[in-house]
Formats: sequence, C-alpha cells, structure tokens
Amino acid sequence: MVKDKNRTKKESLRHTVQGLWTVATNSFVTGFLKGKIYTGPLKNLCVPGMNCYSCPGALGSCPIGALQSVIGDRNYSFTFYVVGFLMLVGAICGRFVCGWLCPFGLFQDLLHKIPFFKKTGTFKGDRILRKLKYIILAVFVVILPMCVADAVGIGDPWFCKYICPVGTLEGGIPLVLLNEGLRQTVGFLYTWKIAILLILILLSLIIYRPFCKYLCPLGAIYGAFNKLSAVSLHCDKSKCVSCGNCNKVCKMGVYPAEEPRSAECIKCGLCIKECPADALNLGVKNK
Amino acid sequence: MKKKEFPIKALVTSLIGVAFMAFGIYRGEMATVLAKAIRICLECIGIG
Repeated sequence: MVKDKNRTKKESLRHTVQGLWTVATNSFVTGFLKGKIYTGPLKNLCVPGMNCYSCPGALGSCPIGALQSVIGDRNYSFTFYVVGFLMLVGAICGRFVCGWLCPFGLFQDLLHKIPFFKKTGTFKGDRILRKLKYIILAVFVVILPMCVADAVGIGDPWFCKYICPVGTLEGGIPLVLLNEGLRQTVGFLYTWKIAILLILILLSLIIYRPFCKYLCPLGAIYGAFNKLSAVSLHCDKSKCVSCGNCNKVCKMGVYPAEEPRSAECIKCGLCIKECPADALNLGVKNK
Repeated sequence: MKKKEFPIKALVTSLIGVAFMAFGIYRGEMATVLAKAIRICLECIGIG
C-alpha cells in the first residue's frame, strides 16, 4: 500500500515535469490560433526530446529533424552542431530526456494509463525488435538523407517523411485542421503517416512506450550515452538483496540492479521506490 | 563499500560536444537548422 502510494507520487512528479516541459517548449499560442509556426531566433536551438519543429506551438528545433536537414544539405555531409548538441545532452543525462523531457514520451505514458486494455510487459520478439531503432537511426536518419539527393543536391528527411509519428501528431494534424491551404494538399503520404500514428496509439494501450522501445532514433542515440552519462541510475551492490522487485516494476524491461546503465533505461525512477533495501538511486554519484 | 566517482567520461564527452557545437556554429550549420525550422516542414507533417 505504502509502496503503491510512493510509486504514484513518483509518477505524478515525473508527469508534472513532462507536462510543464511540453507546455514550455510549445508555448507559441499564436501558431495554434492561426495555423502557422514560430519563426523566431529560438529555432536556432534544438530541444532535447522529440518535438517536431512544425508543431504550431514549437519554440525550438527537433534534434532528429535538424540532424537530417544539415546532413541532407548540399553544403554539408556531417553536422558538428547537432552531433555536438546530442553529445552534450547525452553525456549529461542520457535517456533521462526520454523519461522526463520528451512530449511524445508523455503522450505514450498517458495512453498506457488508459484502463480496460490488458497490458503486456514483454513478448516473443521484443528483444529483437528493440534493435530496430538502431537500424532506423542508421538508415533513415543518416545514410538515406546523406546519400540520396534531389536534382539540386538536397536530401529528404527520410525518417520525418516516412516514419515519424511525432510530426504527424504535433504538426500534421493541427496544421491540416487549421490551415485551409494545407488541407487541400493532403494525399497518400498523410494517410500513411496517420496510419503509423494510429498503430502506435493502439500499441501504446497495451505495450509501454512502443515508439521509444522499437522505433525512436533519438532514444537509440541517448541510450548509447547511458553508459557514461553523469546523471545515471546507480545500484549499491552491498545493499542489494537481489529480490528482483526493480525488474518486476520496470516497464521498459530493464533489470536495474544488474544493469543500471542499460541503454533501455529511461531513468523514470520507479525502481528506486520499489527497492526494499534502498540500494538504487538516480543522480550524478552513488549515494 | 560506497563508490564515489567523478563522472570524468561524461565531462570529457560534454566538452567535446560543446567544441563540436562551436565548430558547427562557426561553419554556419545553425543557419541551416533555422532555415528548415522556420518553414513548415511538409515532409514532417506528411504532405511533401
């Protein structure tokens, strides 16, 4: 009972941070009222999580969109600016961004809270599917935008164009609803992206964060930084009683006591409250 | 025994990241990001 209360308190704090961050980084109200996007200087900067820069309220740039736009540009084949930004954020907090600062993560968290649907922790093929996000990162975010160019030498943002459900949710749906001109240009691609979004919404009702687990290239990048990030989950082995509670409560399928720096850990902190020996903590150093 | 480690790898990586960002800004990448971000990205929203 006490554990349940603690768990709910921790989740409420995280959802509050996620909500405040989402509002703060998407607070261009005029965009929502007029069906336009923010065009000010803040868009020089990337936000740490998946947040489409074509969302009417977005104040910053999406790092995955920015990565593709620079490496797809005819003047560059590599982006020091965006890679440097990802290294900086990754080295500071790794996938903490996914757990606490990603608007699409919040969206999936809330969907998963809807009752009536039987929740599935893991299933056959889950481990292999987790590798898919690395393939998507390599192929759709790096290789195709870099190597396939149009007549004027500019590469398409392949991930944004054919996969990203964040752009559909945050940009596609509101802009098409609010902007008459855009509404008239809707075609197969829009239907395709709506279908991907709908599938992910349905999956989110039964599987925790399917986009983060299987498809998100940003999660793949930050996951690699989990191994060295300053803010990390720590396990004091001298206190750990190997009860396995941390593993049972982890919705990302991680075993925090065994692998506190797992690339799949989004540092939500649920396992900390669940530990009877107080062996886990989230921070810069071990307690 | 409690481990007290200074996150040296994270610090070094952060510094490299900052240096990368500075070099990227120096060679004009930020303008490319801005140019893309201030126009509605038709590919991103499923139209282009």
